[in-house]
Amino acid sequence: MTAPAHDAPHATGPAADDYGPGVAGFEASGGDWDEIAREAIGEERIVVNMGPQHPSTHGVLRLMLEIDGETVTEARCGVGYLHTGIEKNMEYRTWTQGTTFCTRMDYLAPLYQEAGYCLGTERLLGITDDVPERASVIRVLMMELNRVASHLVCLGTGGNEMGATTIMTLGFTAREEILRLFEAVTGLRMNHAFIRPGGVAQDVPEGFTDQVRDMLPSLRKYIGMLGDLMLANPIFKSRLQGVGVLNLSGCFALGITGPVLRSAGHPYDVRKAFPYSGYEDYDFDVPTDTAADCYARVVIRIEECYQSLRIVEQCLARLDDTVGAPIMVADKKIAWPAQLAVGSDGQGNSLDHIRQIMGTSMEALIHHFKLVTEGFGVPAGQAWQTVEHPRGELGVHVVSDGGTRPYRAHFRDPSFNNLQAVSVMCEGGQVADVVVAVASLDPVLGGVDR
Amino acid sequence: MGLEESPSGFLLTTIEDLAGYLRKASVWPVTFGLACCAIEMMAAGASRFDLSRFGMEVFRASPRQADLMIVAGRVSQKMAPVVRQVYDQMSEPKWVLSMGVCASSGGMFNNYAIVQGVDHVVPVDIYLPGCPPRPEMLINAILALHQQILDEPMGVNRVEAAKAAEAAALEATPTSQMPGLLR
Amino acid sequence: MSERSGEVERRQQGPTAEVVRERTGMFGVHGSGDTSGYGGLTRTVTMPAAASRPYGSWFDEAVDVLAEVLGDAGVAFADAVERVVITDPRRPAEGEGPSRDAELTLYVAREHLLAVCRALRDDQDLRFELSLGVSGVHYPDDVGRELHAVYHLTSVTHGRRLRLDVACPDEDPHVPSTTTVYPANDWHERETWDFFGIVFDGHPALARIEMPDDWPGHPQRKDYPLGGIPVEYKGATVPPPNQRREYS
Repeated sequence: MTAPAHDAPHATGPAADDYGPGVAGFEASGGDWDEIAREAIGEERIVVNMGPQHPSTHGVLRLMLEIDGETVTEARCGVGYLHTGIEKNMEYRTWTQGTTFCTRMDYLAPLYQEAGYCLGTERLLGITDDVPERASVIRVLMMELNRVASHLVCLGTGGNEMGATTIMTLGFTAREEILRLFEAVTGLRMNHAFIRPGGVAQDVPEGFTDQVRDMLPSLRKYIGMLGDLMLANPIFKSRLQGVGVLNLSGCFALGITGPVLRSAGHPYDVRKAFPYSGYEDYDFDVPTDTAADCYARVVIRIEECYQSLRIVEQCLARLDDTVGAPIMVADKKIAWPAQLAVGSDGQGNSLDHIRQIMGTSMEALIHHFKLVTEGFGVPAGQAWQTVEHPRGELGVHVVSDGGTRPYRAHFRDPSFNNLQAVSVMCEGGQVADVVVAVASLDPVLGGVDR
Repeated sequence: MGLEESPSGFLLTTIEDLAGYLRKASVWPVTFGLACCAIEMMAAGASRFDLSRFGMEVFRASPRQADLMIVAGRVSQKMAPVVRQVYDQMSEPKWVLSMGVCASSGGMFNNYAIVQGVDHVVPVDIYLPGCPPRPEMLINAILALHQQILDEPMGVNRVEAAKAAEAAALEATPTSQMPGLLR
Repeated sequence: MSERSGEVERRQQGPTAEVVRERTGMFGVHGSGDTSGYGGLTRTVTMPAAASRPYGSWFDEAVDVLAEVLGDAGVAFADAVERVVITDPRRPAEGEGPSRDAELTLYVAREHLLAVCRALRDDQDLRFELSLGVSGVHYPDDVGRELHAVYHLTSVTHGRRLRLDVACPDEDPHVPSTTTVYPANDWHERETWDFFGIVFDGHPALARIEMPDDWPGHPQRKDYPLGGIPVEYKGATVPPPNQRREYS
């Protein structure tokens, strides 16, 4: 029980050059660690650090687990490994440019950040009712497709973390179908910056509704396959049922929303409670469960995918009814002046539009220049807008000081809040259940750290 | 002409070529996802794009067993030491692919939180632009890296090649002295 | 309840709107020989002013109930709530009620924050049981009230939302922690401490959450630079966003 001599041969060097007085050193050769520890320390306290680079932590999440044998006695999260300073960056860009930044927060659900931020901006501007119906329908359609894509990744990576690679490949295959649609509309697979204050960047391409209708059966088939693969599988069930339980009062105390809250039995859904973008006019159900465990959350996520597809179908009918309708507010002091078109070198400003403003109207050119470089002013004040994100309630707090840039944009990300439940859900369980419990919260660290 | 028709039934090659050929065919990446690009990296490994066509589907969870670190996403100041530690834990030979504009140069996040290019922390072999790059672009970058691995010299030659590359880089005109070329 | 609303009314004669910024000039140019004439521009930025009765919608009832519950707890409403603000950017015509976008903001004195939160959470007619976190805002020009902690509460029971805005001076950046009432605010308060330097007294473990533990400063304050570097490419240099021309 003396500090080892530093010149004694070691496999690796000593951790510190000099052992301080408070640090006890132990020397042992051979024997069983249990016995050595019992003799030397009297108790065994092992702290395991999982992550931030660990394949089962859903990104750069760091988990600090204190374990006793296989039982977790204390679990803590370390976040911040992906802190990007997006909120601060947005203060130096115009209100319109802000969408480009906030879309990169939660990269699995980019359209929700855009929608929440744009709805908040519209609220500050007082133009919520002026957003054209077609723009709202396109927003809802894109958001619901995004919900399915996000849930597919959640289910897929959750399966992968338990060792079921097939679930992951299936989830990603199905997600590709949706990304193909996103690409057709926004030109990008992720990080779209498609929803803009006042409407959306551009209309859906011709024949898009048919393209979606053609895709829906195969997407349903994939989701059905995922359900078959997961829900009746005895191994899957025994790993998930009764694991990561968080009851209703726990959820409310910790501010947990989304599928985790609904798995505890409360049908709280922002789309129903505080409707936005015309959600009150769509027909859909909010699935709930009462088991409050990881398995119930999987069931709810799969059911939510089907409900989202129901909304998508209603959107498609409305899109067919409003072909040619505007997709941006009529107020030219706010509406982004560019008309986008696909040219020989990719997507950009429509040449016809440029020809028109350059050739016929000096004022239009000045206006275009002012609006693009300076942006529009937003009356001073603060607004709060929430949307139902795949992971819970996403809140956007935007503050304007009357200028053309946000004075402050804060995002209350559901994953950030939900990660607080890790301690409650994991303590007292097995180490292997930690992975399952974290996966059932579906944290996306881009959103957590922003 | 097929191999079996080659005269005398044996081939002559250099060890460098043979080793490069073998190395490039089984590059194992470390599972190292950071942000948005990691999702595209996972998509590249999944069924539609299928990285296993190039012997790369085995994403290793332990850096000790991996040859390639795909830095997929923005590297924050808090994450930078971890990136370096993962790199240090990998055994030679090892390569680094900087995936996406954030990892390559900081990209749009030019601020207090993000390291302006992962090459401040680890040496980078190949940069891949895009935000995020499509899986096809990642596969293209990996194929380009395979070519680089195939042609890689070994031993003394490698040291000399590294020295020559360093000298060439020092000789090259810095971009700040290339005015008028900005288009 | 009626005498309570009288007290609420009287309180509103006090400070009505908060001046958060004094803006001069244009294009972000200061101290140079400006000949454009814009240099002389001065504009005062004020946040929306205190509302007057009736507030409309459910706001009157909620404020009255809160005043009553606080009174029962021995806290004068006028001491606890500095100002009641209704923000309705759709500016409804005279005589019309507030629109669907109207938001209720209570400017709460920090020493009574916990009492207000507890009243809002526990009274059956208020029942704001879900807290959606804390957001910090830094107004460097609002002397004596530089740092604001903003809480957004949701009543799932009644389908209502309101905002609490608590200010504290930069010299004494202390706000009581609400984690005893809303445990959900734990990480959010850590985040606000990390980014703005507001000390939440009574928080169980107020450590940095996003930045490394040894990071100097609080990066999302207005006096903390964005920290970008100039990007140089083939002879052209693009300054970081915080060093470019600003229009407002």
